[in-house]
Amino acid sequence: MEQSKIRNFCIIAHIDHGKSTLADRIIEKTGLLTEREMQAQVLDNMELERERGITIKAQAVRIVYKAQDGEEYIFNLIDTPGHVDFNYEVSRSLAACDGAVLVVDAAQGIEAQTLANVYLALDHDLEVLPVINKIDLPSAEPERVIEEIEDVIGLEAHDAPQISAKTGLHVEDVLEQIVKRLPAPKGDPDAPLQALIFDSVYDSYKGVIVFFRVKEGRVSKGTKVKMMASNAVYEVVEVGYFGAGQFIPCEELTAGMVGYLTASIKNVKDTTVGDTITDAQNPCKEPLPGYKKVNPMVYCGMYPADGAKYPDLRDALEKLQLNDASLQFEPETSMALGFGFRCGFLGLLHLEIIQERLEREYNLDLVTTAPGVVYKVHKTNGEVIELTNPSNLPNPSEIDYMEEPMVSAEIMVTTEFIGPIMDLCQERRGVYLGMEYMEETRALLKYDLPLNEIIYDFFDALKSRSRGYASFDYDMKGYAKSELVKLDILINKEEVDALSFIVYSGTAYERGRRMCEKLKEEIPRHLFEIPIQAAIGSKVIARETVKAMRKDVLAKCYGGDISRKRKLLEKQKEGKKRMRQVGNVEIPQQAFMSVLKLDDR
Amino acid sequence: MTDKKGIYIHIPFCVKKCSYCDFLSAPAPEEERMAYVEWVKKEIQVYKSCGYRADTVFFGGGTPSLLSAEALEELMGEVREAFDIEADAEITVECNPETVEEKKLAVMRRAGINRVSFGLQSTLDQELRLLGRIHNYKRFLESYQMARRAGFDNINVDLMSAIPGQTEDSWERTLREVISLQPEHISAYSLILEEGTPFYERQKELALPDEEEERRMYYRTREFLAQAGYERYEISNYAKPSFACRHNRKYWTGQEYIGLGLGASSYLHGTRFHNPSLMEEYHRDCRNLPALRREEERLSAKRQMEEFCFLGLRLTEGISKTDFEERFGMPIEAVYKNVLDYYLKFKLLKEQGDRIFLTDRGIDVSNQVFAAFLLE
Repeated sequence: MEQSKIRNFCIIAHIDHGKSTLADRIIEKTGLLTEREMQAQVLDNMELERERGITIKAQAVRIVYKAQDGEEYIFNLIDTPGHVDFNYEVSRSLAACDGAVLVVDAAQGIEAQTLANVYLALDHDLEVLPVINKIDLPSAEPERVIEEIEDVIGLEAHDAPQISAKTGLHVEDVLEQIVKRLPAPKGDPDAPLQALIFDSVYDSYKGVIVFFRVKEGRVSKGTKVKMMASNAVYEVVEVGYFGAGQFIPCEELTAGMVGYLTASIKNVKDTTVGDTITDAQNPCKEPLPGYKKVNPMVYCGMYPADGAKYPDLRDALEKLQLNDASLQFEPETSMALGFGFRCGFLGLLHLEIIQERLEREYNLDLVTTAPGVVYKVHKTNGEVIELTNPSNLPNPSEIDYMEEPMVSAEIMVTTEFIGPIMDLCQERRGVYLGMEYMEETRALLKYDLPLNEIIYDFFDALKSRSRGYASFDYDMKGYAKSELVKLDILINKEEVDALSFIVYSGTAYERGRRMCEKLKEEIPRHLFEIPIQAAIGSKVIARETVKAMRKDVLAKCYGGDISRKRKLLEKQKEGKKRMRQVGNVEIPQQAFMSVLKLDDR
Repeated sequence: MTDKKGIYIHIPFCVKKCSYCDFLSAPAPEEERMAYVEWVKKEIQVYKSCGYRADTVFFGGGTPSLLSAEALEELMGEVREAFDIEADAEITVECNPETVEEKKLAVMRRAGINRVSFGLQSTLDQELRLLGRIHNYKRFLESYQMARRAGFDNINVDLMSAIPGQTEDSWERTLREVISLQPEHISAYSLILEEGTPFYERQKELALPDEEEERRMYYRTREFLAQAGYERYEISNYAKPSFACRHNRKYWTGQEYIGLGLGASSYLHGTRFHNPSLMEEYHRDCRNLPALRREEERLSAKRQMEEFCFLGLRLTEGISKTDFEERFGMPIEAVYKNVLDYYLKFKLLKEQGDRIFLTDRGIDVSNQVFAAFLLE
């Protein structure tokens, strides 16, 4: 296939603006799949994504389009995630593309997050093709949106296709413009191989399946390839491209093409995303520029519920990291929870998704500690520490001041809930920046908020106070000085490291009180009374008590009862084994997590 | 240890199921009860060749007194044929006050039955109705006097505390009234809500005493009965001197017993098993002992140690360190040092000379202590 007939592109859109629907239509119109084969949303093939209605993992599909000029073109459609947490993955997807289709909702116009991704695409020198979607909506204002695109982004948008991905209206225009307006890839198929890894998955039969974009040269079965960062050398077993939801082997991939290879790669660390693949016998001079490393914003401890599963958890994290380099982890030890990992995430959604994947795909039972953000601790000796684990907070006498990360948040809400949502932001230490009416009934609230106020249950609170009508988006906005303290939890007078967290001093008392109340519900009665205390340094600020067990006795035990009685005792003992021992107290695993969701009043 | 075994015979019939009862028991017509007696006789006969000696026999249920005088006599006859029953054996029949009559008691006496156990539960008719009992207190008094007149000088009365609607006062009244009758033995149980019973299903709407009240009733029971000359010898059992139930003691001291009849459990040659609990299967296999055994489990030394402790500690006298060492060939500390130290320190166990036993507080939370004696 000639290079000039290839188009590598992605679709950029704000959440809900119709990206997946358009992708489905494109796949449908190109006729690769029959209508019968169409799943509702072909690209979102992870169970989790389907449930949440968002796209997480970069995925690609190769389709064949017969254009009006009579020629057949190959489209490699590379999917990008829409959520702010996944900026890093967006950047990876873009690196494999030459162009981007920008989908804008004809009623809502450009949203902040879309803008960020468009700039990201322009940074990667991609040609951006605007498309106005949802023109079938009564509230559609395509002309206003076209002007907005031209004014805000500076893109020529007057001949932008005006479509309805939902009904399929004018989707052909999009296909034609992809052929005409997006550039074909460049690159010399006869130069030394230079290919960028943009993703990979682990398959228990084939080993690591590496997704890449060939920039220069060619690769086929039998090629000895070298991963330039890890220096690992492998002989290619299979190359191919992406069918819809399946891998289709082919002879060779050449400059400009997007595809995959397998090479019996067992060690997931050998193929890091962003690395360059070259020919071991005829290497290229320099690796391609990798991706900008994105720093995790939210940290928490993850521990296997069953201590013996520690190696399994490590393996699982390694496999997930393989195609999600933004996931970071390092071993840590907790007095209460044993061996586990301190994991860094791009945001709370990212954390939840990783947690769910570990549980669903790797069958791990996890205990997760309260998520925290990265605080900057300025010590009196001038040293600055980036604090990811509350246990590492220096002695207060050594601390000059602390800073916490801030976000600028945009909350879209129907007007009747503006009051309650403003109250919520107020409670969470939000700084009000302004409000815009989008329509008569909808407003956009702008706030600066400390990140640590939104990583617990902000989203739940938002939904419950707006009866589900509010939507929320945020961007990182640097650090701000703040009055922060470390809140410790003492159970039966012993500090439980896994329950410590950093909190704004003004809300410490309230948080401590609620933590104690919650723990009182979670910790079963013991043979002795158990005080639960929240403390800042040596000062106890809240206390609850789990009363001593009053009664656990079986009145009858005769000949026929003995076996049953034994089973009962065994069950009792087994239940204790599953708990975490802190001093003399057994704490159910659940207790470590339930405190994350302290009920919103 | 004695080689004399206990014989248990299960009679799975009653007039009407009580609201708290999860025993293997149900109402059945006369013919079915007669047929069942024949099957149990067959099972007993199979033991003829074994030559086992026994010093206790216990007819439990259900309601054994629901059987005819003749049926009980025949069963006793078969037992004497198949086993070598000691002359001074303790032979008990559980009786529902409603099903007792002069003639039946006389026949029982003649058959060598020397102990009756009455399921009274409460002396207040209102409480009896709530429990779903078929008798009233007056009928019990008649039956009790009948038994005395028939010559029974070893009588147990079962009572139940912590039942719905009961107060500490009403419980005291039951205790006082029963004490005035001077039975030799009193079993006083706290109500257990067993899954599958009507009480279990309705527990939310039952006015059950709370834990605190329940424990007060339990403490009051011992106080009252001690004053009246009854010693607590097991968590729920009280007796005048030398009247502790010898049959039930076997369960707590690791002695052998043979269970006969539907669903009955046995402990024989270090092995636990039970008969099938489906009448059809029992009927089919009652002549074939190996086929009759369900969930046969040979107790390892570890299991025997565990049971030695968690059953023995039910007794007020607790367990003997010498007994443990004699039985298992090693001192108890070699196996349970940590457990003993821990619970002695927390005063849930007490050590006195050779014996280790539960303290009052230890009884309150005895399951917690017992669970600690399980090895791995």
